[in-house]
Amino acid sequence: MKILVAVKQVAALDEDFEFRDDGRDVDPDFFIRDLNEWDDFSLEEAVKIKEASSTPVDVVAVSVGPDDVDEVLRKCLAKGADRAVRVWDDAIEGSDPIAIARVLAAVAKHEAPGMVFAGVQSSDQSFASTGIATAAFLDWPHAAVVSALNYAPGAKTAVFRRELEGGLLHEVEIQCPAVLTIQLGINTPRYASLRSIKQAAAKPIEVLSLTDLSLSAADVGEAGSASRVRRMYMPDKGRAELIEGDAAAQAERLAAIIREFKGDSA
Amino acid sequence: MSGVLIVAEQRRGELRPQSVELITAAQGVRREGDPVSIAIIGAAPDAFIPSLSLAGVDEIVAIKVAAVEFDPETVEGAVAALIAQRKPSVVLIPHSVDSFGYAAALAAKLGLGFATDVFRAQRIDGELVATRGGYGQKVAVEVDFPGRSTVLLAVRGNAFKAPEQTAAPRITAFEAPATASRSQAREFIELPAGDDVDMTGAEFILTIGRGIGEEAKVGQFRELADAIGATLGCSRPIADAGWLPKSRQVGQSGKTASACKLYIAMGVSGAIQHLAGMKHVSTIVAVNSDANASIFGVAKYGIVGDIFEVANELRRLF
Repeated sequence: MKILVAVKQVAALDEDFEFRDDGRDVDPDFFIRDLNEWDDFSLEEAVKIKEASSTPVDVVAVSVGPDDVDEVLRKCLAKGADRAVRVWDDAIEGSDPIAIARVLAAVAKHEAPGMVFAGVQSSDQSFASTGIATAAFLDWPHAAVVSALNYAPGAKTAVFRRELEGGLLHEVEIQCPAVLTIQLGINTPRYASLRSIKQAAAKPIEVLSLTDLSLSAADVGEAGSASRVRRMYMPDKGRAELIEGDAAAQAERLAAIIREFKGDSA
Repeated sequence: MSGVLIVAEQRRGELRPQSVELITAAQGVRREGDPVSIAIIGAAPDAFIPSLSLAGVDEIVAIKVAAVEFDPETVEGAVAALIAQRKPSVVLIPHSVDSFGYAAALAAKLGLGFATDVFRAQRIDGELVATRGGYGQKVAVEVDFPGRSTVLLAVRGNAFKAPEQTAAPRITAFEAPATASRSQAREFIELPAGDDVDMTGAEFILTIGRGIGEEAKVGQFRELADAIGATLGCSRPIADAGWLPKSRQVGQSGKTASACKLYIAMGVSGAIQHLAGMKHVSTIVAVNSDANASIFGVAKYGIVGDIFEVANELRRLF
């Protein structure tokens, strides 16, 4: 039995970043790349299920991206994934979550896992869409924002809790295989040990092309996407009035705001 | 392809407030003469008709389904059937936990143009353009949908104001095909209120976020909160790490801090879900060392500086 975990290498921005010349993205020189925070939790959930299982389970991490994405896949291997798969073709550049989902669904068909996990969303583009769109291309049952999960590998159903707004949970039973998007806090992701990091460095990363997955260039990139970026720009700075001065002066003003509030509410 | 279709959201017999904000969003994306329809899906959809009878709505579409509470495949099936019949140019839904569960599947299956967490939607030279955040809300991203006759937009809460005036829209019943759903909703579970604290009723909250760095620092902020008369709250990472109980978490998925009027956020960068849960607060003061932190976008006052220095100085004054 396999659990497929879809992961993304996300980009945070340097403090002083610049836009690309065409204005449709940030210049990648200003990217600080890492494994998406949500994906750390979904990988941990898969590894926990594997460790608790009496039957063998393979945790397969998959990512769509060029070769520098190997770095996050090695992190997944070091944290307990058994295998790592990366899909890339230059035609994938510029794909939105729908196009990426088409690729992930093709990998899932190839791997035939009992369960697919993805993070609820990515910390950079925050679409909250890739996992659920993957389910649609597979025509599998699906659920989003899972904050507790009870699943035994090979079982026909799983029971989970969705984390709703305002401190409410919703318990649901679902048929398997399914695609679940995993919420922060569902577990405590482990740190990779030095030894496992070393071992991961020696493990192979399987690289697949579009052809390997019977996909064409028209399935991905702008052609396969449901939206196209026109431009990116700096948003309005907001309305915050900045309190200037050193920490003592700032604290004094803050104290005045607190006292005024207490006077008002008293 | 014409008309704007809104899909409202309900839970436990109550309309989700984001639903009616979409009526205002619809005005910016409709072409002249386009009708605005709002669909409500549920076991007793007619119960929601009064709260949906608002200015800007031409038609309410009541869709009766077997599932009492949200089920992704039921909603997908009903909305897909309605899109097939009406062929709207734009479909608006709330960007919410429920829509996370079905929106992308609907877009993928029907080949719709699609964007989520949209906070601005307009027509530029007749073309639909949606704006959302990128790179953790550090940039604004304008997207369009070339070649798509129907576009599905999941719209961020609080981005549009709900209409106040009532109206008398036409009511239509729509028969959705029966869906054999592969998941079954069981029950709701309330997050325990916590034995010592009521975030829902707190008027003055001091919240700590990831910026405090380590668990050992929690104590000094607890002491500061007591000294200034605030209830100590926290952002999601602090609760997830177990540094404070979940009952102290504020933001969209934490307890709704509905009574809060003064909110001081120390070392909270402002993930979108946190901001969405606190936008109603009249006075937000953000203290953060990162001048670009997105929380400054919603704060009334901003202090760019070291949270420990500011906290220490503040403590001296009470």
